[in-house]
Amino acid sequence: MLLTFYRFINNSGVDFVMIVDIEKLSVDYSGIKAIDNLSFGIDEGDFLGIIGPNGAGKSTLFRCMLGLHTQYDGTIKVFGNDIRDSRKYLSQIGYVPQKPVVDRNFPATIREVLSMSQNSSDSKKVEEALQKVWMHELADRRIGDLSVGQQQRVFIAKALVNSPKILVLDEPVTGIDQYNKDLFFQILGELNTKEKISIIWSSHDLDAVERLANKVACLNRTLFFHGVSEEFFSDDEMLKKYSETSMQMHMHHH
Amino acid sequence: MAFEFLLEQSVQYALISGIAIALFCSSVGLFLVLRKFALFGDALAHTAFGGVAFGLFIGVYPLWAAYVISILGALGLTKLRQRFDISGDAAVAILLTTGIAVGIILFSITDTDLHLGDDDHVEEMGGIENVEEAHEEHEEVHEENGESHDEHTMDDFRDMTHAHDMEEFLFGSILNITPENVIMIFVLCIAILVILKLIYKKLLYTTFSEEQARVSGIPVEKINYLLIGMSGVAAVTSMQLVGVLLVSALFVIPNVSAMLYGRSFKQTITLSVSFSLFSVVMGIIIAYPFGIEPSGCIVLLAIAILMGSLVAKGTGMVKTAGIMKKRA
Repeated sequence: MLLTFYRFINNSGVDFVMIVDIEKLSVDYSGIKAIDNLSFGIDEGDFLGIIGPNGAGKSTLFRCMLGLHTQYDGTIKVFGNDIRDSRKYLSQIGYVPQKPVVDRNFPATIREVLSMSQNSSDSKKVEEALQKVWMHELADRRIGDLSVGQQQRVFIAKALVNSPKILVLDEPVTGIDQYNKDLFFQILGELNTKEKISIIWSSHDLDAVERLANKVACLNRTLFFHGVSEEFFSDDEMLKKYSETSMQMHMHHH
Repeated sequence: MAFEFLLEQSVQYALISGIAIALFCSSVGLFLVLRKFALFGDALAHTAFGGVAFGLFIGVYPLWAAYVISILGALGLTKLRQRFDISGDAAVAILLTTGIAVGIILFSITDTDLHLGDDDHVEEMGGIENVEEAHEEHEEVHEENGESHDEHTMDDFRDMTHAHDMEEFLFGSILNITPENVIMIFVLCIAILVILKLIYKKLLYTTFSEEQARVSGIPVEKINYLLIGMSGVAAVTSMQLVGVLLVSALFVIPNVSAMLYGRSFKQTITLSVSFSLFSVVMGIIIAYPFGIEPSGCIVLLAIAILMGSLVAKGTGMVKTAGIMKKRA
């Protein structure tokens, strides 16, 4: 088997499969700590919302996980394997970027964009992926002609063509109208519950995270909360601390 | 017969080579244009010019030297660009000017009796200066015979395109192409098209989004180096058709025209290749009877297609999304 899963038993005695294990992760950009000694795990089936102010290290964490940034201390294991040892794990991960940087003149149809994926020779998979994000009727439109919200749905479909076990989304709904946001969240919910795809999603939208995520990781260069979503959102002290930190970071950036 | 000249071997060689060059230049060029690297072909051709001069200087077949120098130069600069974060347009400017500067210096200190092809024409005449004298004498004979300058024979055409080695490289010399050159161009064309077919999906993905391609496990660096290598080969080869100064036209203009119409990538590349083929074939056919340089004619035809497309688009005769679409 390509991927080796490893298991641990949590306190309640229920079996969990830890699919991502981050240990003592530190990232330094020219002497400035972007992430400092970060450790946490992500279980199979999780819908994890990663929250934190701008500059908290969310995107850096994703870049490390996806092998885009390799200059870090600590270890990241995906499906039990250190990602420094092999890049094979990437075939199990779907990635939806923060804001799709699509050149409006890029002459590719939605179907052609999906066909760039590794398993795209199976045209049935392409059609299925398009149907899952309700984009099948627009399959022959040029990608540059779509709205940002529609483009993000295409990127989910593109990730789905490879039948990923994990979907990583970096603030995917920034700049998207409410209708497309709701549609986007509905699709994510279905992928998590019906397709059993684990979702790791960074967001500033606390309401959406509370509504959708079963787990929350609160990040501000280091981890100051990781656990069940209800626990975080029912803790007034925690929420107050989060909003104060966000405000401080906001003031710092401006 | 008006088209009797098509039976001439040199015209046939020019057409076959032109078709092959049109095929791979437009195909490779589309990926460069989409990467906002349109002038990369130009930079490669200018480096090739330096390579030709280097070849002449050290006594190596100039075209081989041009292939090696332009590809190595481009790969080296790409590596430096990644290391020191130099922007794409600055990299193009560095490559372009270095190639020309090296070329000018080496040409100025090299005896340019050597020739691009294995043409004996120059050698028989004892070098470039004698070719010029012969050309002047030829013109005088025409005048004495009362012939118009417009009535050009194939020899006139050769004389014109053989005037200087440097001019050949700068402005192209498709009508002097040798059978060996034709075979080489044809083989290179097949090689580039096969490689493009093999890496098509990965190359398109890398062009669409390098970051996402990398996350998908595609070896982005290898694909980029392969594209640079193919572009280098395409630029040096097409230098024989249109010359150093106009190489980027074959890479860019048919693709910009095609992008105005194309509704999909496949449609765009098909249109681009068609526009390119039309410009090259018609350019050579029109240039010969009028005694004008084929390279200029080819590029102006490509420009005419672009202008026609822009007018058609602007007047709403063609309704497709793309470059002309108004931004929301």
